[in-house]
Amino acid sequence: MSILVDKKSRIVVQGITGRSGLFHTKQCREYGTSIVAGVTPGKGGIHIEGIPVFNTVAEAVKYTEANVSMIFVPPPGAADAIMEAIDANLALAVCITEGIPIRDMVPVKAVLQGSKTRLIGPNCPGIITPGECKIGIMPGHIHTKGKIGVVSRSGTLTYEAVKQLTDLGLGQSTGVGIGGDPIIGMNFIDVLTLFNQDPDTEGVFMIGEIGGGAEEAAAEWIKKNMTKPVAAFIAGVTAPPGKRMGHAGAIITGGKGRAADKIRTLQECGVVVATSPTRMGEAMLEALKKAGRPIPKITAKPAAKKVKK
Amino acid sequence: MNIHEYQAKEILSSYGIPIPRGRVALTSDQVERAAKMMGGRCVVKAQIYAGGRGKAGGVKLIHHPEEAQEYGKELFGRSLVTKQTGPQGLKVRRILVEEAVEIAREFYLSITLDRESSRYILIASAEGGMDIEEVATKSPEKILTLTINPFTGLRPYQARKIALALGLTGTICEDCVELILNLYCACQEKDCALIEINPLVVTKAGWLMAMDAKITFDDNAVYRHREYPDMVDYSQLDPLEITASKYDLAYIKLSGTIGCLVNGAGLAMATLDVLKEFGGEPANFLDVGGGATREKVAEAFRIILQDCDVKGIFVNIFGGIMRCDVIAQGIIEAAGAVGCTLPIVVRMDGSHVEEGKKLLQESGLNVQIGKNLGDGAARIVQMLGGK
Repeated sequence: MSILVDKKSRIVVQGITGRSGLFHTKQCREYGTSIVAGVTPGKGGIHIEGIPVFNTVAEAVKYTEANVSMIFVPPPGAADAIMEAIDANLALAVCITEGIPIRDMVPVKAVLQGSKTRLIGPNCPGIITPGECKIGIMPGHIHTKGKIGVVSRSGTLTYEAVKQLTDLGLGQSTGVGIGGDPIIGMNFIDVLTLFNQDPDTEGVFMIGEIGGGAEEAAAEWIKKNMTKPVAAFIAGVTAPPGKRMGHAGAIITGGKGRAADKIRTLQECGVVVATSPTRMGEAMLEALKKAGRPIPKITAKPAAKKVKK
Repeated sequence: MNIHEYQAKEILSSYGIPIPRGRVALTSDQVERAAKMMGGRCVVKAQIYAGGRGKAGGVKLIHHPEEAQEYGKELFGRSLVTKQTGPQGLKVRRILVEEAVEIAREFYLSITLDRESSRYILIASAEGGMDIEEVATKSPEKILTLTINPFTGLRPYQARKIALALGLTGTICEDCVELILNLYCACQEKDCALIEINPLVVTKAGWLMAMDAKITFDDNAVYRHREYPDMVDYSQLDPLEITASKYDLAYIKLSGTIGCLVNGAGLAMATLDVLKEFGGEPANFLDVGGGATREKVAEAFRIILQDCDVKGIFVNIFGGIMRCDVIAQGIIEAAGAVGCTLPIVVRMDGSHVEEGKKLLQESGLNVQIGKNLGDGAARIVQMLGGK
C-alpha cells in the first residue's frame, strides 16, 4: 500500500511537448510510471515518444482513462492547466511548474476547495511510491520501497533526507513534495492524514523550512491525531530575517516563521526533530524506537535497477 | 521586488488615491529647490528599500529651504541604518521632498496575501503610523481584518464596514470606501504581494491622504509588467545579488568566509545550518536551482569568487538526474579561468559521480571531495583552519 499513487495510476502529462515536460516524461516512464497521454493545446492528434497527445485534458481522460495529471505548463498558463485538471475530475494533479503568480493561484485554490481533485504543488518535486510510480522530477534511484512516509516543502533537501533514510535501511512508502510556494494544494496535514490511515506506513519524516505557520499547524495536528511516530527537520535555523531564501515562502517576516519556534512547537507535540541536516535518518530511527515500533527493513532492491527495460 | 515610497505613491495616485504634493531629488540643490517649491515648510524623506526610516533619522520636518539643503547634503553622504537594513545600512541616493500636511488622525491600511486562507486579506487599524507588528502583538483587538473572496472581489459594503469600524463617518467615510476599493484594484492589477498605506491620514482640512506607502511586487508576476524592471533602484541592492538575478540564481550575501554553492533552496539553507554547526561561517546563500546546469554552476562560481570575503568554497550538489561530471566541468572551467587557488570542497550526488570526482581530482585545483553533507562541511571548515 501507499498513498495517492501506485502502479495502477494512469498519468496524463500537461505540457508534454515542452523541453522539461518531455525530458521528465521519459524519466518517469523509465522508472515504470504508466504515462498514458499528453496534453498540449493545438498539438492534439500527434504521438510523442509513442504517447498520444490531446488538445484538452477531458479528451485525454475520455480516450485513455487517465486519472492523475503531471503538469509542466510554463507559468503564464499553469494556473489554467490546474483548473482544467480539476474540471476533468482527475483524482490528483501534480504541478511541477515554478514561478506561478500569486494572483493566479488564489482562484485556483478556491476552485480546488469542494472539488474531487487533490493538488500537489506547484513548485514541487512531485510524488513517488518507490518501485511503482514516480510523478515528478526527483531522482528515482535514491528511493527504496519501505514503510516510511516522507512529506516535504523542499526539493533537493528531500533527496538528502531520502538518501539518509535509505542508507539506514529505512525504505519509503510514498514521498510527497508539497512545494515551497505561499499557496499550495495539499499541505502537511492533508498528507499526514493519509499516512496516518495507510496500513503500510509505519512512521513519517517531515521536512519543513522557515516562513509561514504550516509546520506549527502540523505539529498541533500531530499531537491530537497522529498514531504513528513522526520525525522532522526544519531548514533555515541560521537564516537572517527579511531575506527571501530562494523559495517564495521561505522568508522570516515580522518575527514570524523562525526555525527555532517551529522546532520548539514540533518537539512539544512529540515530534523528534533532527538537530542537524546530517542526522535526519537517525532522527527517524529514534522516533521509531521511542514509539516501540519495529525498525522496518528494506523490502526490495532499489527500484531504478529493477525496472530497466 | 521592492520599490521606493515615491514610486508606490505614484501608483496609488494613478488609482485616484490622494497623496501629498512632492518631488524627488537626486542632489542637495534639488532638495533645496523642491523645498522652495513646497513653500519652505516641507518633509524631507530618504528613499531606501527598508522601513524604520523615521527612527533612524531619515525623515525630517523642515522649515526653511536652506535647512532642507543642509539636511539633503547630510543624507546623501551617508548610509541609513534602520532595524530592517542590517548593520551596513543602505545608501541614500534619492530623496523625496513633500508638502507638510497638518494631520488630524492616522490609520493603518494594507492588502496582502494570507497564507492560511490562501486569499488576499485587508488589514486596517485605527493605530496608524506606528509599527503595525507591535500593535498586532500588544493589542491584537485593534487590528481589523477582512478576507477577500477572489470571485466577488472586495465589495463596497465590506469596505464600508472597515471604514465605519475605523471611526469614520459621513462623506469622509464614503471617501474611505472608494479609497479601499481602489487600493484593492491596484493590488490586483499591479500584482502586489503587499500594498500598504501607513499612515493613512485625515488632514486637519478634512481630506484622506496616503502619507507613506509601501509596495512589494510578486516576483513571479514581474514578467507581465514590462515597466517593473526599470523601476528597480540598483543602488539599493548588493552588486553580486544583481549579477546573480540576471542568471536566475538566488544569491544573498552573508557575513562569513565560506562561499556556498548549492542546488535547491531547502538544501542551501540546510547547508548554511550545517556549516555553522561545524563552526564555519557562510559567506552567502546561493541556490543554483534544483536542476543545476553546467552554465549556472559556472556563473555561480564566478559570483562567489568576486566576493573578497570568501576564503574557501563549499559546493553541495544533490543532483539525482543531472550528471555530476558535467557539473564538475563547470566548476573546473570557472575556477580555472580566474586561477582560483582557494580551498574547495565538493560534495556531489547523482549520476556519473565517479567520473565527476576523477575530473575534479585531476584538475589541479585545491579541491577535496566530501563523502556526504557532514563530511563535506567538516572538511571545508578544517581547510580554513577552523575547529
